[in-house]
Amino acid sequence: MEEKKKGALGLTINSPAERVFNGFIVENPTLVLLIGMCPSLAITTNAVNGIYMGLATTFVLALSNVVISAIRKIVPDTVRIPAFIVVIASFVTLVDLVMHAYMPDMYAALGVYIPLIVVNCIIFGRAEAYASKNGMVPSFFDGIGMGLGFTAAITAIGLFREILGTGTVFNIPFMGSKVAETSALHGVPQVLIFVQPPGAFMVLAFLIALMNKIKKVLENRGKDTSQFGEMAAEETAAAKKAEEMKKEAAAKKEEAAKAIEKKEELPEKTEQFKEEAEKRAQAAKEEVKDAAQEENKEVSK
Amino acid sequence: MAVIGSLITIAITASLVNNVVLSQFLGICPFLGVSRKIDSAFGMGMAVIFVITLASAVCGVIYTFVLLPFDLVYLNTIVFILVIAMLVQFVEMFMKKFMPPLYESLGIYLPLITTNCAVLGVALLNVSSEYNVLEGIVNGLATAIGFTVAIVLLAGIREKTEYNDVPESFKGMPMVLLSSALMAIAFVGFSGLRG
Repeated sequence: MEEKKKGALGLTINSPAERVFNGFIVENPTLVLLIGMCPSLAITTNAVNGIYMGLATTFVLALSNVVISAIRKIVPDTVRIPAFIVVIASFVTLVDLVMHAYMPDMYAALGVYIPLIVVNCIIFGRAEAYASKNGMVPSFFDGIGMGLGFTAAITAIGLFREILGTGTVFNIPFMGSKVAETSALHGVPQVLIFVQPPGAFMVLAFLIALMNKIKKVLENRGKDTSQFGEMAAEETAAAKKAEEMKKEAAAKKEEAAKAIEKKEELPEKTEQFKEEAEKRAQAAKEEVKDAAQEENKEVSK
Repeated sequence: MAVIGSLITIAITASLVNNVVLSQFLGICPFLGVSRKIDSAFGMGMAVIFVITLASAVCGVIYTFVLLPFDLVYLNTIVFILVIAMLVQFVEMFMKKFMPPLYESLGIYLPLITTNCAVLGVALLNVSSEYNVLEGIVNGLATAIGFTVAIVLLAGIREKTEYNDVPESFKGMPMVLLSSALMAIAFVGFSGLRG
Protein backbone atom coordinates (compact mmCIF):
# COMPACT_ATOMS: atom_id res chain seq x y z
CA MET A 1 0.00 0.00 0.00
CA GLU A 2 2.70 2.44 0.94
CA GLU A 3 4.53 2.59 -2.35
CA LYS A 4 1.44 3.79 -4.20
CA LYS A 5 0.59 7.43 -3.88
CA LYS A 6 -3.12 7.01 -4.50
CA GLY A 7 -5.26 4.57 -2.54
CA ALA A 8 -8.74 3.24 -3.12
CA LEU A 9 -11.22 5.58 -4.88
CA GLY A 10 -8.31 7.86 -5.84
CA LEU A 11 -8.05 9.21 -2.29
CA THR A 12 -4.62 10.41 -1.21
CA ILE A 13 -2.91 7.71 0.76
CA ASN A 14 -2.86 8.20 4.56
CA SER A 15 -5.44 11.00 4.42
CA PRO A 16 -8.21 10.62 7.05
CA ALA A 17 -10.87 9.76 4.47
CA GLU A 18 -8.69 7.16 2.78
CA ARG A 19 -7.85 5.53 6.11
CA VAL A 20 -11.49 5.34 7.16
CA PHE A 21 -12.58 3.94 3.79
CA ASN A 22 -9.72 1.44 3.90
CA GLY A 23 -10.78 0.12 7.29
CA PHE A 24 -14.46 0.15 6.45
CA ILE A 25 -14.42 -1.62 3.07
CA VAL A 26 -11.05 -2.47 1.54
CA GLU A 27 -9.48 -4.14 4.56
CA ASN A 28 -12.60 -4.77 6.61
CA PRO A 29 -11.10 -6.70 9.52
CA THR A 30 -13.91 -9.18 10.03
CA LEU A 31 -15.18 -9.91 6.53
CA VAL A 32 -12.01 -9.46 4.43
CA LEU A 33 -8.99 -9.99 6.68
CA LEU A 34 -10.86 -12.54 8.84
CA ILE A 35 -9.31 -11.41 12.11
CA GLY A 36 -10.91 -10.58 15.44
CA MET A 37 -13.28 -13.51 15.14
CA CYS A 38 -13.81 -14.24 18.83
CA PRO A 39 -15.98 -11.25 19.75
CA SER A 40 -17.64 -11.16 16.34
CA LEU A 41 -19.01 -14.65 16.97
CA ALA A 42 -19.48 -14.59 20.71
CA ILE A 43 -21.46 -11.47 21.55
CA THR A 44 -23.45 -10.98 18.36
CA THR A 45 -26.66 -12.47 19.66
CA ASN A 46 -28.22 -9.09 18.92
CA ALA A 47 -27.30 -5.93 17.07
CA VAL A 48 -27.12 -3.68 20.15
CA ASN A 49 -24.40 -5.86 21.68
CA GLY A 50 -22.56 -5.60 18.38
CA ILE A 51 -22.69 -1.80 18.40
CA TYR A 52 -21.42 -1.48 21.97
CA MET A 53 -18.69 -4.06 21.48
CA GLY A 54 -17.68 -2.37 18.22
CA LEU A 55 -17.56 1.09 19.78
CA ALA A 56 -15.55 -0.14 22.77
CA THR A 57 -13.08 -1.76 20.38
CA THR A 58 -12.97 1.38 18.21
CA PHE A 59 -12.17 3.50 21.25
CA VAL A 60 -9.32 1.24 22.35
CA LEU A 61 -8.05 0.87 18.79
CA ALA A 62 -7.94 4.60 17.98
CA LEU A 63 -6.36 5.70 21.26
CA SER A 64 -3.84 2.88 21.50
CA ASN A 65 -2.85 3.58 17.89
CA VAL A 66 -2.20 7.24 18.81
CA VAL A 67 -0.12 6.38 21.87
CA ILE A 68 1.83 3.65 20.12
CA SER A 69 2.51 5.99 17.22
CA ALA A 70 3.72 8.64 19.68
CA ILE A 71 6.14 6.32 21.48
CA ARG A 72 7.28 4.43 18.38
CA LYS A 73 10.67 6.18 18.23
CA ILE A 74 11.40 5.88 21.97
CA VAL A 75 10.66 2.18 22.47
CA PRO A 76 13.52 -0.17 21.51
CA ASP A 77 12.57 -2.76 18.94
CA THR A 78 13.24 -5.74 21.21
CA VAL A 79 10.69 -4.80 23.86
CA ARG A 80 8.07 -3.31 21.58
CA ILE A 81 5.60 -6.19 21.90
CA PRO A 82 5.33 -6.07 25.71
CA ALA A 83 5.22 -2.26 25.51
CA PHE A 84 2.36 -2.34 23.02
CA ILE A 85 0.52 -4.90 25.12
CA VAL A 86 0.76 -2.71 28.20
CA VAL A 87 -0.59 0.31 26.30
CA ILE A 88 -3.49 -1.69 24.88
CA ALA A 89 -4.25 -3.36 28.21
CA SER A 90 -4.34 0.02 29.96
CA PHE A 91 -6.99 1.35 27.59
CA VAL A 92 -8.96 -1.87 27.85
CA THR A 93 -8.93 -1.62 31.64
CA LEU A 94 -10.20 1.96 31.28
CA VAL A 95 -13.10 0.82 29.09
CA ASP A 96 -13.75 -2.09 31.43
CA LEU A 97 -14.04 0.12 34.50
CA VAL A 98 -16.14 2.80 32.76
CA MET A 99 -18.60 0.26 31.39
CA HIS A 100 -18.79 -1.50 34.72
CA ALA A 101 -19.67 1.78 36.43
CA TYR A 102 -22.05 3.39 33.93
CA MET A 103 -23.48 0.54 31.84
CA PRO A 104 -23.89 -2.42 34.21
CA ASP A 105 -26.45 -4.20 31.97
CA MET A 106 -24.26 -4.03 28.90
CA TYR A 107 -21.24 -4.98 31.00
CA ALA A 108 -23.05 -8.09 32.17
CA ALA A 109 -24.10 -8.98 28.61
CA LEU A 110 -20.61 -8.64 27.17
CA GLY A 111 -18.96 -10.27 30.19
CA VAL A 112 -15.47 -11.62 29.76
CA TYR A 113 -15.28 -10.35 26.18
CA ILE A 114 -14.59 -6.76 27.32
CA PRO A 115 -11.23 -7.55 28.96
CA LEU A 116 -10.56 -9.89 26.05
CA ILE A 117 -10.36 -6.86 23.74
CA VAL A 118 -6.68 -6.96 24.80
CA VAL A 119 -6.04 -10.07 22.75
CA ASN A 120 -8.19 -8.99 19.81
CA CYS A 121 -5.84 -9.54 16.88
CA ILE A 122 -7.20 -6.43 15.14
CA ILE A 123 -5.74 -4.07 17.73
CA PHE A 124 -2.34 -5.66 18.00
CA GLY A 125 -2.24 -6.17 14.26
CA ARG A 126 -2.87 -2.47 13.54
CA ALA A 127 -0.33 -1.42 16.18
CA GLU A 128 2.29 -3.62 14.60
CA ALA A 129 1.42 -3.07 10.95
CA TYR A 130 0.43 0.59 10.90
CA ALA A 131 0.80 2.68 14.07
CA SER A 132 4.41 1.67 14.70
CA LYS A 133 5.37 3.02 11.27
CA ASN A 134 3.16 6.10 10.77
CA GLY A 135 2.39 9.45 12.37
CA MET A 136 -0.20 10.07 15.05
CA VAL A 137 -2.96 11.62 12.91
CA PRO A 138 -3.14 8.92 10.22
CA SER A 139 -2.83 6.29 12.95
CA PHE A 140 -5.81 7.78 14.75
CA PHE A 141 -7.97 7.68 11.62
CA ASP A 142 -6.70 4.21 10.79
CA GLY A 143 -7.98 3.11 14.19
CA ILE A 144 -11.31 4.86 13.63
CA GLY A 145 -11.73 3.30 10.18
CA MET A 146 -10.80 -0.21 11.27
CA GLY A 147 -12.96 0.12 14.36
CA LEU A 148 -15.99 1.29 12.39
CA GLY A 149 -15.48 -1.48 9.84
CA PHE A 150 -15.43 -3.97 12.69
CA THR A 151 -18.49 -2.34 14.29
CA ALA A 152 -20.44 -2.46 11.02
CA ALA A 153 -19.54 -6.10 10.41
CA ILE A 154 -20.46 -7.36 13.86
CA THR A 155 -23.61 -5.23 13.97
CA ALA A 156 -24.65 -6.84 10.69
CA ILE A 157 -23.98 -10.31 12.09
CA GLY A 158 -25.93 -9.38 15.21
CA LEU A 159 -28.81 -8.01 13.16
CA PHE A 160 -29.18 -11.18 11.09
CA ARG A 161 -28.99 -13.41 14.14
CA GLU A 162 -31.49 -11.22 15.97
CA ILE A 163 -34.02 -11.12 13.12
CA LEU A 164 -33.84 -14.87 12.53
CA GLY A 165 -33.44 -15.93 16.13
CA THR A 166 -35.78 -13.73 18.14
CA GLY A 167 -37.68 -11.74 15.52
CA THR A 168 -36.50 -8.34 16.71
CA VAL A 169 -34.52 -5.46 15.22
CA PHE A 170 -32.31 -3.64 17.73
CA ASN A 171 -34.39 -5.33 20.46
CA ILE A 172 -37.66 -3.95 19.00
CA PRO A 173 -40.11 -6.57 17.68
CA PHE A 174 -40.79 -5.87 14.01
CA MET A 175 -43.91 -6.33 11.90
CA GLY A 176 -45.94 -4.94 14.79
CA SER A 177 -46.28 -8.23 16.60
CA LYS A 178 -45.48 -8.96 20.21
CA VAL A 179 -42.78 -11.52 19.84
CA ALA A 180 -41.86 -12.05 23.46
CA GLU A 181 -42.93 -15.53 24.63
CA THR A 182 -45.74 -16.76 22.43
CA SER A 183 -44.37 -16.00 19.01
CA ALA A 184 -44.96 -19.54 17.84
CA LEU A 185 -48.68 -18.85 17.80
CA HIS A 186 -48.85 -15.37 16.36
CA GLY A 187 -46.29 -13.14 14.82
CA VAL A 188 -42.79 -13.78 13.61
CA PRO A 189 -41.45 -17.31 13.80
CA GLN A 190 -38.26 -17.70 15.82
CA VAL A 191 -35.40 -19.90 14.77
CA LEU A 192 -33.69 -20.28 18.11
CA ILE A 193 -30.60 -21.92 16.68
CA PHE A 194 -29.50 -18.54 15.33
CA VAL A 195 -29.06 -17.02 18.78
CA GLN A 196 -27.27 -20.15 19.92
CA PRO A 197 -23.59 -20.74 19.09
CA PRO A 198 -24.10 -22.68 15.80
CA GLY A 199 -26.02 -19.74 14.35
CA ALA A 200 -23.01 -17.48 14.75
CA PHE A 201 -20.86 -19.71 12.57
CA MET A 202 -23.62 -20.03 9.98
CA VAL A 203 -24.39 -16.30 9.69
CA LEU A 204 -20.69 -15.43 9.43
CA ALA A 205 -20.20 -18.11 6.76
CA PHE A 206 -23.02 -16.68 4.66
CA LEU A 207 -21.82 -13.08 5.12
CA ILE A 208 -18.30 -13.97 3.98
CA ALA A 209 -19.72 -15.88 1.02
CA LEU A 210 -21.81 -12.79 0.16
CA MET A 211 -18.70 -10.61 0.38
CA ASN A 212 -16.88 -13.03 -1.96
CA LYS A 213 -19.79 -12.86 -4.40
CA ILE A 214 -19.83 -9.05 -4.34
CA LYS A 215 -16.10 -8.96 -4.98
CA LYS A 216 -16.49 -11.34 -7.91
CA VAL A 217 -19.30 -9.30 -9.44
CA LEU A 218 -17.23 -6.12 -9.12
CA GLU A 219 -14.29 -7.84 -10.80
CA ASN A 220 -16.41 -9.00 -13.70
CA ARG A 221 -17.40 -5.40 -14.27
CA GLY A 222 -13.72 -4.53 -14.33
CA LYS A 223 -13.93 -2.37 -11.23
CA ASP A 224 -11.08 -3.50 -9.06
CA THR A 225 -11.60 -1.61 -5.83
CA SER A 226 -8.94 -3.32 -3.82
CA GLN A 227 -5.44 -4.59 -3.92
CA PHE A 228 -6.97 -7.99 -3.35
CA GLY A 229 -8.42 -7.68 -6.83
CA GLU A 230 -5.29 -8.93 -8.51
CA MET A 231 -4.95 -11.87 -6.21
CA ALA A 232 -8.59 -12.69 -6.68
CA ALA A 233 -8.22 -12.39 -10.45
CA GLU A 234 -5.37 -14.87 -10.37
CA GLU A 235 -7.51 -17.11 -8.26
CA THR A 236 -10.37 -16.91 -10.73
CA ALA A 237 -8.00 -17.68 -13.59
CA ALA A 238 -6.76 -20.69 -11.70
CA ALA A 239 -10.34 -21.69 -10.92
CA LYS A 240 -11.28 -21.40 -14.60
CA LYS A 241 -8.35 -23.62 -15.57
CA ALA A 242 -9.37 -26.09 -12.94
CA GLU A 243 -12.92 -26.05 -14.31
CA GLU A 244 -11.70 -26.66 -17.85
CA MET A 245 -9.60 -29.53 -16.63
CA LYS A 246 -12.60 -30.85 -14.77
CA LYS A 247 -14.73 -30.65 -17.90
CA GLU A 248 -12.07 -32.51 -19.87
CA ALA A 249 -11.86 -35.11 -17.17
CA ALA A 250 -15.65 -35.43 -17.20
CA ALA A 251 -15.66 -35.84 -20.99
CA LYS A 252 -12.99 -38.52 -20.71
CA LYS A 253 -15.00 -40.21 -17.99
CA GLU A 254 -18.07 -40.25 -20.22
CA GLU A 255 -16.07 -41.75 -23.08
CA ALA A 256 -14.69 -44.37 -20.78
CA ALA A 257 -18.17 -45.14 -19.51
CA LYS A 258 -19.43 -45.51 -23.09
CA ALA A 259 -16.52 -47.79 -23.91
CA ILE A 260 -17.39 -49.93 -20.91
CA GLU A 261 -21.01 -50.13 -22.03
CA LYS A 262 -19.87 -51.18 -25.49
CA LYS A 263 -17.70 -53.87 -23.97
CA GLU A 264 -20.66 -55.11 -22.00
CA GLU A 265 -22.72 -55.21 -25.18
CA LEU A 266 -20.02 -57.12 -27.03
CA PRO A 267 -20.64 -60.67 -25.72
CA GLU A 268 -24.32 -60.43 -26.65
CA LYS A 269 -23.38 -59.20 -30.08
CA THR A 270 -20.81 -61.94 -30.60
CA GLU A 271 -23.47 -64.48 -29.80
CA GLN A 272 -25.74 -62.84 -32.31
CA PHE A 273 -22.92 -62.81 -34.83
CA LYS A 274 -22.21 -66.47 -34.14
CA GLU A 275 -25.84 -67.39 -34.69
CA GLU A 276 -25.94 -65.37 -37.86
CA ALA A 277 -22.67 -66.83 -39.02
CA GLU A 278 -23.97 -70.34 -38.32
CA LYS A 279 -27.17 -69.62 -40.23
CA ARG A 280 -25.18 -68.21 -43.09
CA ALA A 281 -22.83 -71.13 -42.98
CA GLN A 282 -25.78 -73.56 -43.09
CA ALA A 283 -27.33 -71.57 -45.91
CA ALA A 284 -24.02 -71.64 -47.73
CA LYS A 285 -23.73 -75.42 -47.16
CA GLU A 286 -27.22 -75.95 -48.47
CA GLU A 287 -26.44 -73.84 -51.47
CA VAL A 288 -23.26 -75.79 -52.00
CA LYS A 289 -25.26 -79.05 -51.64
CA ASP A 290 -27.86 -77.80 -54.07
CA ALA A 291 -25.17 -76.71 -56.44
CA ALA A 292 -23.42 -80.06 -56.06
CA GLN A 293 -26.66 -81.94 -56.61
CA GLU A 294 -27.39 -79.86 -59.66
CA GLU A 295 -23.86 -80.48 -60.86
CA ASN A 296 -24.29 -84.19 -60.20
CA LYS A 297 -27.56 -84.14 -62.12
CA GLU A 298 -25.89 -82.34 -64.94
CA VAL A 299 -22.99 -84.73 -64.83
CA SER A 300 -25.36 -87.74 -64.76
CA LYS A 301 -27.21 -86.30 -67.68
CA MET B 1 -14.70 -36.93 48.00
CA ALA B 2 -16.86 -33.89 47.53
CA VAL B 3 -13.79 -32.06 46.26
CA ILE B 4 -13.09 -34.71 43.64
CA GLY B 5 -16.74 -34.70 42.60
CA SER B 6 -16.77 -30.95 42.07
CA LEU B 7 -13.50 -31.17 40.15
CA ILE B 8 -14.98 -33.81 37.82
CA THR B 9 -18.03 -31.62 37.30
CA ILE B 10 -15.79 -28.68 36.42
CA ALA B 11 -13.78 -30.83 34.01
CA ILE B 12 -16.82 -32.19 32.13
CA THR B 13 -18.47 -28.77 31.97
CA ALA B 14 -15.32 -27.09 30.66
CA SER B 15 -14.33 -29.70 28.09
CA LEU B 16 -17.67 -30.76 26.62
CA VAL B 17 -20.70 -28.75 27.76
CA ASN B 18 -19.16 -25.29 27.49
CA ASN B 19 -16.65 -26.22 24.82
CA VAL B 20 -14.21 -23.36 24.65
CA VAL B 21 -14.34 -23.01 20.87
CA LEU B 22 -17.77 -24.16 19.88
CA SER B 23 -19.85 -22.51 22.55
CA GLN B 24 -17.67 -19.77 24.06
CA PHE B 25 -15.84 -18.72 20.89
CA LEU B 26 -12.44 -18.38 22.54
CA GLY B 27 -9.43 -19.34 20.48
CA ILE B 28 -11.27 -19.08 17.17
CA CYS B 29 -8.22 -17.77 15.31
CA PRO B 30 -6.03 -20.89 15.76
CA PHE B 31 -9.16 -23.05 15.47
CA LEU B 32 -9.76 -21.73 11.94
CA GLY B 33 -6.11 -21.08 11.05
CA VAL B 34 -4.25 -24.22 12.11
CA SER B 35 -6.89 -26.84 11.33
CA ARG B 36 -5.89 -27.71 7.78
CA LYS B 37 -4.09 -30.95 8.71
CA ILE B 38 -4.70 -33.32 11.60
CA ASP B 39 -0.99 -33.41 12.53
CA SER B 40 -0.60 -29.67 12.94
CA ALA B 41 -3.97 -29.41 14.67
CA PHE B 42 -2.84 -32.01 17.19
CA GLY B 43 0.46 -30.18 17.73
CA MET B 44 -1.38 -26.93 18.33
CA GLY B 45 -3.73 -28.69 20.73
CA MET B 46 -0.84 -30.11 22.74
CA ALA B 47 0.88 -26.73 22.93
CA VAL B 48 -2.38 -25.13 24.08
CA ILE B 49 -2.92 -27.80 26.76
CA PHE B 50 0.58 -27.16 28.06
CA VAL B 51 0.36 -23.36 28.10
CA ILE B 52 -3.22 -23.01 29.38
CA THR B 53 -2.63 -25.39 32.30
CA LEU B 54 0.55 -23.60 33.27
CA ALA B 55 -0.98 -20.15 32.78
CA SER B 56 -4.06 -20.90 34.88
CA ALA B 57 -1.79 -22.19 37.64
CA VAL B 58 0.47 -19.13 37.62
CA CYS B 59 -2.36 -16.62 37.21
CA GLY B 60 -4.34 -18.35 39.96
CA VAL B 61 -1.39 -18.10 42.35
CA ILE B 62 -0.72 -14.46 41.50
CA TYR B 63 -4.39 -13.55 41.83
CA THR B 64 -4.83 -15.29 45.19
CA PHE B 65 -1.57 -14.28 46.83
CA VAL B 66 -0.73 -10.92 45.28
CA LEU B 67 -3.69 -9.14 43.71
CA LEU B 68 -6.31 -10.00 46.35
CA PRO B 69 -4.27 -9.15 49.50
CA PHE B 70 -3.07 -5.85 48.03
CA ASP B 71 -6.49 -4.90 46.66
CA LEU B 72 -5.25 -4.65 43.08
CA VAL B 73 -7.95 -6.76 41.46
CA TYR B 74 -8.77 -4.10 38.87
CA LEU B 75 -5.30 -4.63 37.36
CA ASN B 76 -5.95 -8.28 36.60
CA THR B 77 -6.25 -7.86 32.81
CA ILE B 78 -2.89 -6.12 32.49
CA VAL B 79 -1.15 -8.46 34.93
CA PHE B 80 -2.55 -11.62 33.36
CA ILE B 81 -1.66 -10.72 29.79
CA LEU B 82 1.89 -9.81 30.79
CA VAL B 83 2.24 -13.01 32.79
CA ILE B 84 0.99 -15.05 29.85
CA ALA B 85 3.30 -13.31 27.38
CA MET B 86 6.30 -13.85 29.64
CA LEU B 87 5.29 -17.43 30.36
CA VAL B 88 5.08 -18.27 26.67
CA GLN B 89 8.48 -16.70 26.13
CA PHE B 90 10.00 -18.67 29.03
CA VAL B 91 8.44 -21.92 27.92
CA GLU B 92 9.83 -21.36 24.45
CA MET B 93 13.36 -20.67 25.76
CA PHE B 94 13.21 -23.57 28.20
CA MET B 95 12.05 -26.02 25.55
CA LYS B 96 14.67 -24.85 23.07
CA LYS B 97 17.41 -25.44 25.64
CA PHE B 98 16.33 -28.63 27.37
CA MET B 99 13.76 -30.38 25.17
CA PRO B 100 14.80 -29.88 21.54
CA PRO B 101 12.57 -32.64 20.08
CA LEU B 102 9.50 -31.24 21.83
CA TYR B 103 10.50 -27.73 20.76
CA GLU B 104 10.76 -28.84 17.16
CA SER B 105 7.28 -30.29 17.17
CA LEU B 106 5.52 -27.56 19.19
CA GLY B 107 7.86 -24.59 18.72
CA ILE B 108 6.15 -22.91 15.81
CA TYR B 109 2.83 -22.85 17.64
CA LEU B 110 4.10 -21.28 20.84
CA PRO B 111 4.39 -17.63 19.74
CA LEU B 112 0.89 -17.85 18.29
CA ILE B 113 -0.50 -18.80 21.68
CA THR B 114 0.17 -15.40 23.27
CA THR B 115 -2.62 -13.94 21.18
CA ASN B 116 -4.85 -16.96 21.68
CA CYS B 117 -7.72 -15.46 23.61
CA ALA B 118 -8.49 -18.84 25.18
CA VAL B 119 -5.47 -18.50 27.48
CA LEU B 120 -6.41 -15.08 28.85
CA GLY B 121 -10.08 -16.06 28.70
CA VAL B 122 -9.59 -19.07 30.95
CA ALA B 123 -7.50 -17.04 33.42
CA LEU B 124 -10.24 -14.39 33.62
CA LEU B 125 -13.07 -16.94 33.80
CA ASN B 126 -11.29 -18.71 36.66
CA VAL B 127 -11.37 -15.43 38.54
CA SER B 128 -14.95 -14.51 37.72
CA SER B 129 -16.18 -18.02 38.62
CA GLU B 130 -14.31 -17.69 41.93
CA TYR B 131 -12.40 -20.94 41.51
CA ASN B 132 -9.52 -21.63 43.89
CA VAL B 133 -6.09 -22.41 42.46
CA LEU B 134 -6.67 -26.19 42.15
CA GLU B 135 -10.09 -25.78 40.55
CA GLY B 136 -8.58 -23.22 38.23
CA ILE B 137 -5.89 -25.63 37.06
CA VAL B 138 -8.45 -28.39 36.45
CA ASN B 139 -10.67 -25.93 34.57
CA GLY B 140 -7.72 -24.82 32.45
CA LEU B 141 -6.65 -28.37 31.64
CA ALA B 142 -10.19 -29.47 30.75
CA THR B 143 -10.78 -26.37 28.62
CA ALA B 144 -7.58 -27.03 26.70
CA ILE B 145 -8.54 -30.68 26.18
CA GLY B 146 -11.89 -29.48 24.82
CA PHE B 147 -10.01 -27.17 22.45
CA THR B 148 -7.81 -30.04 21.24
CA VAL B 149 -10.81 -32.30 20.65
CA ALA B 150 -12.58 -29.60 18.65
CA ILE B 151 -9.59 -28.59 16.51
CA VAL B 152 -8.60 -32.20 15.70
CA LEU B 153 -12.20 -33.04 14.74
CA LEU B 154 -12.41 -29.99 12.50
CA ALA B 155 -9.08 -30.85 10.89
CA GLY B 156 -10.43 -34.33 10.14
CA ILE B 157 -13.53 -32.86 8.52
CA ARG B 158 -11.45 -30.39 6.51
CA GLU B 159 -9.14 -33.11 5.21
CA LYS B 160 -12.20 -35.01 3.95
CA THR B 161 -14.05 -32.06 2.45
CA GLU B 162 -11.13 -30.12 1.00
CA TYR B 163 -11.73 -31.22 -2.60
CA ASN B 164 -15.49 -31.24 -2.51
CA ASP B 165 -17.27 -29.34 -5.23
CA VAL B 166 -18.94 -26.40 -3.47
CA PRO B 167 -20.34 -23.13 -4.87
CA GLU B 168 -17.61 -20.68 -5.87
CA SER B 169 -18.37 -18.09 -3.17
CA PHE B 170 -18.37 -20.70 -0.41
CA LYS B 171 -14.88 -22.01 -1.13
CA GLY B 172 -12.43 -21.70 1.75
CA MET B 173 -13.46 -20.04 4.97
CA PRO B 174 -17.28 -20.14 4.59
CA MET B 175 -17.17 -23.93 4.23
CA VAL B 176 -14.95 -24.20 7.30
CA LEU B 177 -17.39 -22.03 9.24
CA LEU B 178 -20.34 -24.14 8.12
CA SER B 179 -18.51 -27.30 9.20
CA SER B 180 -17.90 -25.66 12.58
CA ALA B 181 -21.59 -24.76 12.77
CA LEU B 182 -22.56 -28.41 12.31
CA MET B 183 -20.01 -29.42 14.96
CA ALA B 184 -21.42 -26.78 17.29
CA ILE B 185 -24.92 -28.21 16.81
CA ALA B 186 -23.56 -31.61 17.81
CA PHE B 187 -21.91 -30.11 20.89
CA VAL B 188 -25.17 -28.43 21.93
CA GLY B 189 -26.28 -31.99 22.62
CA PHE B 190 -23.78 -32.21 25.49
CA SER B 191 -25.70 -29.58 27.44
CA GLY B 192 -27.88 -32.46 28.67
CA LEU B 193 -24.86 -33.78 30.59
CA ARG B 194 -24.99 -30.95 33.09
CA GLY B 195 -28.11 -32.43 34.60
